[in-house]
Amino acid sequence: MSLLEARDVVVRYGQGRPALDGVSCAVRGGELLGVVGPNGSGKTTLVRVISGLLRPEGGEVMVDGRPLPRWKRGELAGVLAVVPQGEAVTFPLRVDEAVMLGRYARLGPLAAPGARDRAAVAEALLRCDVAELAGRSIDTLSGGEWQRVRLARALAQEPGVLVLDEPTTSLDIRHEMELFELVRRLVDGGLAGLVITHHINLAARYADRILLLSAGRVAGEGPPAAVLQEHTLRAVFDWPLAVTTWRDGSPQVVPLRPDGSEGR
Amino acid sequence: MAGLLAFVAVSLVLGLGAGTVPLGPGEVWRGLWSADAPASVIVRELRLPRVLLAFLVGGSLAVCGAALQAMIRNPLAEPYLLGLSGGAGLGAVLALAARTAGPWAVPVAAFAGALAAVGLVYRLSLVAGRRLDPRILLLSGVVVGAFAGALMSAIIVLSDAPTVRNAFLWLLGGFGAASWQALAVFAAYAVVPLAAIGLSARALDLIALGDEPAHHLGADVDRVRRLVYVCTALLTAASVAACGIIGFVGLVVPHAVRTLARPLHRTLLPLAFAGGGSFLVLADVVARTVARPLELPVGVITALVGVPIFAVLLRRSVA
Repeated sequence: MSLLEARDVVVRYGQGRPALDGVSCAVRGGELLGVVGPNGSGKTTLVRVISGLLRPEGGEVMVDGRPLPRWKRGELAGVLAVVPQGEAVTFPLRVDEAVMLGRYARLGPLAAPGARDRAAVAEALLRCDVAELAGRSIDTLSGGEWQRVRLARALAQEPGVLVLDEPTTSLDIRHEMELFELVRRLVDGGLAGLVITHHINLAARYADRILLLSAGRVAGEGPPAAVLQEHTLRAVFDWPLAVTTWRDGSPQVVPLRPDGSEGR
Repeated sequence: MAGLLAFVAVSLVLGLGAGTVPLGPGEVWRGLWSADAPASVIVRELRLPRVLLAFLVGGSLAVCGAALQAMIRNPLAEPYLLGLSGGAGLGAVLALAARTAGPWAVPVAAFAGALAAVGLVYRLSLVAGRRLDPRILLLSGVVVGAFAGALMSAIIVLSDAPTVRNAFLWLLGGFGAASWQALAVFAAYAVVPLAAIGLSARALDLIALGDEPAHHLGADVDRVRRLVYVCTALLTAASVAACGIIGFVGLVVPHAVRTLARPLHRTLLPLAFAGGGSFLVLADVVARTVARPLELPVGVITALVGVPIFAVLLRRSVA
């Protein structure tokens, strides 16, 4: 059964064309769905709908088989973890304190974190490879470290579904790859993963399936090789490009010069 | 922790000892416990209620500051700069001018004023865009505070109600009128909002991250926001009704606590309460001794300390 499912979601910001127009998708445990598309195609809006920040005008979202409005806020945080785009740090905490915030939905207003909570935090730190940073202040972390700490905070929620919105923005190649490797490992461990990214080529190599959005509609959904077709992508991104196949069989997109040539 | 306890103890002893008749710690101690001691009346009837009121008000204002800073994610937030104190003062002055005043009614009017000020500040800063910008919120707060100040001045000058005549001095902030009754009224208004903010400590940790991350981590952001704004408005109103407008306690104290530790709100709030209480007791000691026999408004002292710290925090937040 799908842990996360969106059915015919429609969202409209004010007048004009809908930000999402009949978008459906589903993710099972152990499966990674990569959501790609041009700027303004509705990727982040989809995250806002899935996480309950935005109530759709039409359609519905099911988490673990239950419609989203029937989840309590704190309860949902124990099933669905979301790592939103950038997050400014105003009052810096220690890394282990920041990861413990992932347990708050399970704590009463007065109870101190128990052994169970500390164990969950320790495991999340280990799985994200940031255990040695536990005592550091978060305002001293590099971009890649901070991103992994935020992922650890999400894992401390012990969710079934993990949603990441542009997790590798402003990371260099190594940190980008480390993050995708980590996400892939977590999903192989049983999580249902949904990752929004501008990196079509990385999505093509790490995701089991791709959801291609264009102007709020689904332009394609399925295995990377089936969705990432040259003519589809040219139309969606409105730019000449070629699609080749990497040695592992995944499609890789090469953008072209406007006249269709390949370089200088 | 031990340092803070010592700070609290020293401030209380100084607060009870300082004044027109200076008393040593020994005399204060005997005056507290024995009705026959020479200092008994001064300590028990004059200084104890004054010191306790200053402590509770200081603690409450510091807690308001810490909570508001988490709300708008900016260390410059506090009741005075966000216009709450101004709104509360305007409400209180209106109640006095309408001669409906009693010890219990003034805080209610001040509460209405503070809530109206929060609402106005919020509306003003939303005009600028969908996302709440803390800097615009602060600017709106200062503007609303200035507006409330202008209205207060007009009412004080124009009103012929006798109680309003003294309002100028009262508005500058001071504990000259402290009494056991004033203390009881303040405590009655402050207990529930203080407890409610304390119980929201975890939610404040989350909201300090940003509304969206807080939502994802399980906080009911809108509910917490409403609760904290109402509670800070209540605390500010009770403070203004008890001792006038005292600024910058909510700025100075949480900043000091955060500099010494890096606490979660579970720790920050109690530390800020104790530190804010002691800070205001000491400010009151300075206010009544520095220009003896004259008494300076305590709000002058807190502003003299607070403005330089505001400047430092401002530079840091821009950098």
